[in-house]
Amino acid sequence: MSEKEQKTTVNYSEFPDAKGHFGQFGGRFVSETLIYALDELQEIYSSLKDDAEFQAEFDRDLAHYVGRPSPLYHAERMSRELGGAQIYFKREDLNHTGAHKVNNTIGQALLAKKTGKTRVIAETGAGQHGVATATVAARLGLKCQVYMGAEDVRRQALNVYRMKLLGAEVIPVTSGSKTLKDAMNEAMRDWATNVDDTFYIIGTVAGPHPYPQLVRDFQAVIGREARAQCLERTGRLPDALVACVGGGSNAIGLFHPFLDDTSVAMYGVEAGGDGVATGRHAAPLNDGVPGVLHGNRTYLMEDENGQIIETHSVSAGLDYPGVGPEHAWLKDLGRVNYVAINDNEALDAFRSTTKVEGIMPALESSHALAYAAKLAPTMAKDQIIIVNLSGRGDKDILTVADIDGITV
Amino acid sequence: MSRISQQFEALQARGRKALVAYIVNGDPCPEASLPTMHKMVEAGADIIELGVPFSDPMAEGPVIQLGHERALESGTSLTGTLDLVADFRKTDTTTPVILMGYANPVERMGYSRFAERAAQVGVDGLLTVDLPPEELGELKTELAERNIDNIFLLAPTTAPERARHLASNASGFLYYVSLKGVTGAGHLDVDAVKTKLDEFGALTSLPMCVGFGIKDADTATKVARLADGVVIGSVLVDAMGKHAGQSPDEIADAVGAIISDIRRGLDSL
Repeated sequence: MSEKEQKTTVNYSEFPDAKGHFGQFGGRFVSETLIYALDELQEIYSSLKDDAEFQAEFDRDLAHYVGRPSPLYHAERMSRELGGAQIYFKREDLNHTGAHKVNNTIGQALLAKKTGKTRVIAETGAGQHGVATATVAARLGLKCQVYMGAEDVRRQALNVYRMKLLGAEVIPVTSGSKTLKDAMNEAMRDWATNVDDTFYIIGTVAGPHPYPQLVRDFQAVIGREARAQCLERTGRLPDALVACVGGGSNAIGLFHPFLDDTSVAMYGVEAGGDGVATGRHAAPLNDGVPGVLHGNRTYLMEDENGQIIETHSVSAGLDYPGVGPEHAWLKDLGRVNYVAINDNEALDAFRSTTKVEGIMPALESSHALAYAAKLAPTMAKDQIIIVNLSGRGDKDILTVADIDGITV
Repeated sequence: MSRISQQFEALQARGRKALVAYIVNGDPCPEASLPTMHKMVEAGADIIELGVPFSDPMAEGPVIQLGHERALESGTSLTGTLDLVADFRKTDTTTPVILMGYANPVERMGYSRFAERAAQVGVDGLLTVDLPPEELGELKTELAERNIDNIFLLAPTTAPERARHLASNASGFLYYVSLKGVTGAGHLDVDAVKTKLDEFGALTSLPMCVGFGIKDADTATKVARLADGVVIGSVLVDAMGKHAGQSPDEIADAVGAIISDIRRGLDSL
């Protein structure tokens, strides 16, 4: 099959395949101890994902606990100032706990409940997934331990304290680069050790099958709502979608329900750090190679010996050397454009969105906003861009103050 | 027949249990690895398992993680590990050498290039922790064509049907992970190991070695009673770390002393 034919005939909803592969990406690259747990998870998820009662319970929690649907907000002033396409924000920042992460933890907590396991663990970067996990664990009375790179514990002190208040134990990880990837290594080790009573709530669309699939399915509520809201408000589909990509869960959540809408362009925005050309960034889809890490094959930041290298981003939530395998596949298919925004551009977007719209975005989401600000002026005024405003920026105030040389 | 299978046949003929000993190449410094390998054989190791350092060794406990970190700091890579085996083979053509590591460095080198070079330098087996049979792809034929054994882990959580599947894809021997957890963990339950080994033993004729959590001659001896051999790693890597900064010979002697002690235990069976 030629590349062109493949583009027009891919049935996106049929992926991953039964073994968890998206083309050459995804899969299940784990040590033998975890195979049983992944089989068990896959079995439970397969039996529940089309179960009406399970879906109803999930939808109920999203409505009454998370506060969904999240609004689709027309950023009129920003659109006017940029002078091009109309920009709409999908307001995931208004969810309970302040980011899209909770959509997934609600779903996985329901699965954990079905397995009867009494303890949940999670890895976290910026702390948003850790907070979202600690939150659902508190609600269900589950013991919760969150692995967080020691460097991130320092950068995200507010979220660390939030998790503690919620009754979770935060375990700083001091190995390797002391960031998200190392937290994920440590969570995998914990899971292998405590597999009998522990459910591992992975926070993004990475990891071994079935995680990339089930996290995507739980996050796809973002795109389903956005699609319906856009049709209802404007009578048409958007022309472009923009979302930041670290592991890529908010992006896949927005993109997935639109994949068959060929008129909708999609932009995944990676963390360009000091600039992709400098090598100091976290943009594997822009500047990485396919490899194997954390249970799946995907694009990675690595050296010539296959060692994973340290990444750099002002945003802890994007500071990850890999990316969800479905994004790797969508890149190779050419369905989604993956671009990069560097630290300074993201910080500018953080400040301007706060001042122009009165909405303080997370530094992660600021990457998407910065790219939308570049894209909008190249488009017509009657065109529509939906930006996933994946989280609120309160957690980043100290980081930004620090950059400004201010002690709060 | 591979060097590994020959070794097990020879051991069985002598009624001796296999001692598989693990170090990380380049830990704590590149100069220590070759003399340590020779010392390991001299002290009674039957098979050498050479860890290939990786930045994200997900299945390792803290002790071996540190070994990987020290090795990476000393600049060691998969290429360097293959070179080390070539050096070892200049004077030892009989002791089997297995490379143990993670998929990504092998992927980066390329399956075909890796297998070709591994066969050239005299590698006998490969144990890739995060490469189960379902994900082996072309590496399977690349290794088989060159008579390099594919070693798989069996875990306490492995169901019988899957164990059969793993055994049918493996050669050389099977490596039973004695506990749920990472390397070097401290909660090995000999009775539980026996139950699983009895179950798995009925499914395959391949030799079965047990590792993860074997710390000393006493546990090694208890476990060896149930299996064809034992694998020791963390206790050796810990010694290498403690002797970092000393001469290669002193490091080799420290590792050799531990192996001799465990060998005596195994030979008392």
